[in-house]
Amino acid sequence: MNTTQLTLFWLFAALTCGGAIAVCVSQNVVRMAFSLVLTLGSTAVLFLLLGADFVGATQLLVYVGGTLVLIVFGVMLTATGPFTRIKSSAAGGILSGLIGIAFLFIVASTVTSVRWVDSDKGQGVASKIEFGTHSKAVASHFNPEQQGNTTRQLGLSFLSLRADRDLKFGIPPAPVEESNTAPVIPGESVAAAALPLNSNPKLSVGYLLPFEIVSVHLLVVLVGAAYLARTKRRTKS
Amino acid sequence: MDTLLAANSLAEYLHTNGVPVVGPLDDSTAMIVAAVVHVALVGAWFGLPAGLFIWAERKISGRIQDRLGPTRTGGKFGWLQSLADGIKLIQKEDLVPKDADGLMFRLAPYIVVVASFVGYIALPFSDGWAAMVLDVGLFLTLAVLSLEVLGVILAGYSSGSKWALFGAMREGAQMVSYEIPMAICALCPIVTAGTLNLNEVALLQSGGAWNWNVLHPFNFFAFFVYFTCATASCKRAPFDLAEAESELVAGFLTEYSGFRWSLFFLAEYASMFLVSGLAVVLFLGGWDDGFGIIVAIKKAFPDFLGTFIANVIGLKVFLIKSSILVCVQIWVRWTLPRLRIDQVMTTCLKYLIPISCFLFAGTVAYPLVLAKMSGQTSIIGPPAGERLVQPRSASATSRLEPNGTNPASVQVSAASSEGSQP
Amino acid sequence: MQPIDPNPFLIVGAVLFVCGVVCMTTKRNGIGVLMGVELVLNGANLNFITFSRCTPLGLDGQVFSLFVIVLAAAEAAVALAIALNFYNNHLTIDVDRGDELHG
Repeated sequence: MNTTQLTLFWLFAALTCGGAIAVCVSQNVVRMAFSLVLTLGSTAVLFLLLGADFVGATQLLVYVGGTLVLIVFGVMLTATGPFTRIKSSAAGGILSGLIGIAFLFIVASTVTSVRWVDSDKGQGVASKIEFGTHSKAVASHFNPEQQGNTTRQLGLSFLSLRADRDLKFGIPPAPVEESNTAPVIPGESVAAAALPLNSNPKLSVGYLLPFEIVSVHLLVVLVGAAYLARTKRRTKS
Repeated sequence: MDTLLAANSLAEYLHTNGVPVVGPLDDSTAMIVAAVVHVALVGAWFGLPAGLFIWAERKISGRIQDRLGPTRTGGKFGWLQSLADGIKLIQKEDLVPKDADGLMFRLAPYIVVVASFVGYIALPFSDGWAAMVLDVGLFLTLAVLSLEVLGVILAGYSSGSKWALFGAMREGAQMVSYEIPMAICALCPIVTAGTLNLNEVALLQSGGAWNWNVLHPFNFFAFFVYFTCATASCKRAPFDLAEAESELVAGFLTEYSGFRWSLFFLAEYASMFLVSGLAVVLFLGGWDDGFGIIVAIKKAFPDFLGTFIANVIGLKVFLIKSSILVCVQIWVRWTLPRLRIDQVMTTCLKYLIPISCFLFAGTVAYPLVLAKMSGQTSIIGPPAGERLVQPRSASATSRLEPNGTNPASVQVSAASSEGSQP
Repeated sequence: MQPIDPNPFLIVGAVLFVCGVVCMTTKRNGIGVLMGVELVLNGANLNFITFSRCTPLGLDGQVFSLFVIVLAAAEAAVALAIALNFYNNHLTIDVDRGDELHG
């Protein structure tokens, strides 16, 4: 990370954490919702910083533009008066705050005590961009593949095609030299990325089935939520 | 970590060539300088259309209603009317009602402005002339545009006034509903082009009006549905239920005054231009002039100057096309009566969503059916894949293969051809 | 390829998670509890994306986080419908009042 990226990271990390704490502390529901907007939006920027453009945009579209509007609607429909607030007891708040800090300490110390990145193994969908790539992109009129542009690969993986693993222009999960010598484990295609596809008849597993299940699930949820929200009106009137 | 300011040729230039006095800049300084320059440029395009189109709206509405419109301020045609309006509004007192939630009330206009400002981030004004040429360009723009509704709802809720609350609820229901057909219709040209990158979408349509997406049979109708939904999402009449002055005083704007009120209007006109620009990029060929002049200039003079001049011409073409669409929105506003809220919702949920779903399915099926019947994926002009100046990679070309009806076979064949090369 | 230290991101994720849990346990407002759930899911998402960038998990992390986002939206819709029903039955959104089955 260079200085700009670090600055951006700390700025948006502070916004994320500050918004999350404000959600906990605030008693007014609409202010909580606004703090949540701040948190989720900053998290989307953190996603962008991590080279996950598509997920960041999805976060903005689905969470901030969709779910939060829904929540604010819920707040409005369930308010008994202007700017209602339901207070929790102060003692309970202090107690849960202390427990929360202790919990955070445990989680953070656990997380940081693990060495996640093995420097020999290389990185994941690392968005590799260096200076000079943009002029190349302009010359060929297209962005380079590795510029955080995982859109196509994500789309293909939802069609059960793992371009990132099975094809050569995908990002190999392991360095080339290593996987050439490594034995090809059946069903496990880490080595396939570096090898020509023909020599490895096994293709990696994609996400077609989960994608379809989620689609059907969304439909069921749509119908169910509409049903739940309608029936109560009938019983009331 | 690099995408945020990545597609930034200026940063690159500053890094390698340097500035005259200081010399080459290091990474982060170059990026900051480039970011500031781009923000300033986009900011100019955020403020300028607002001023221009407010004046245009006054003149056009005046003419439509058989009036003259502004005539005095700044010369014969009242050129400086919006500037005078702005100065007047800034001088006004910044009122916050006693019953309002002060913090939220003050914040809401900024959310709206930021949302419509950030929307400009991926909009290409000419080939490569975007603040960020993003691979998720359209998706991000739609996502950011959907944030605007939050600011409006907050404004209505925090005002502590029932008119404002009614306006905000209407606005929320309307914008959330109209987002769906708008996004589906915006996806139709995306499916035709095969990319979410707005620059690539426009590039695929360059070279002549016969390449424009609007001549695609399904995209043609998608354009009109998109434009209707875009008008609704900008809260423009006949969909301006949120601020229906005959019913709700001024809707969510009731309690606002002075500068904060003008921020809402700045955002409205800016997002009018933004959705029109999106329509131009997606359907009307972007910066393409329709006769292949720009492409010819680029071919004849492939050096820096020639490309630059071609891009400037493209920029002008783009601005003219977008301005025409904005003028259409103004024209519609002053000629059509306002719909009722139930009519607005019926239009969207009962008509526009099924229509847009049908159009989307048609756009997906169209090239497959054509390829089966005639072996080519488009009737007019060459197929999209052959219009590329330079194919991107094996994946990009194989994706657009005319007979590649099965994506699996295409991908595998691309892979095997790659694999056979040592 | 620029290496990224995952720890700062993971700590931000931990803060989100803990805030979400605290929010879920302390809020008496039903919609506040829902917001806590969203925070927890976001902390998990941030971890997924961090690992997708910094470890050989690769694209799978992004796919998981997409599923999480979509399912969170679905969950919010159902939870809000339940909250509306609760409000209609109790005329308040205070979850402590839903104690009819309390013996």
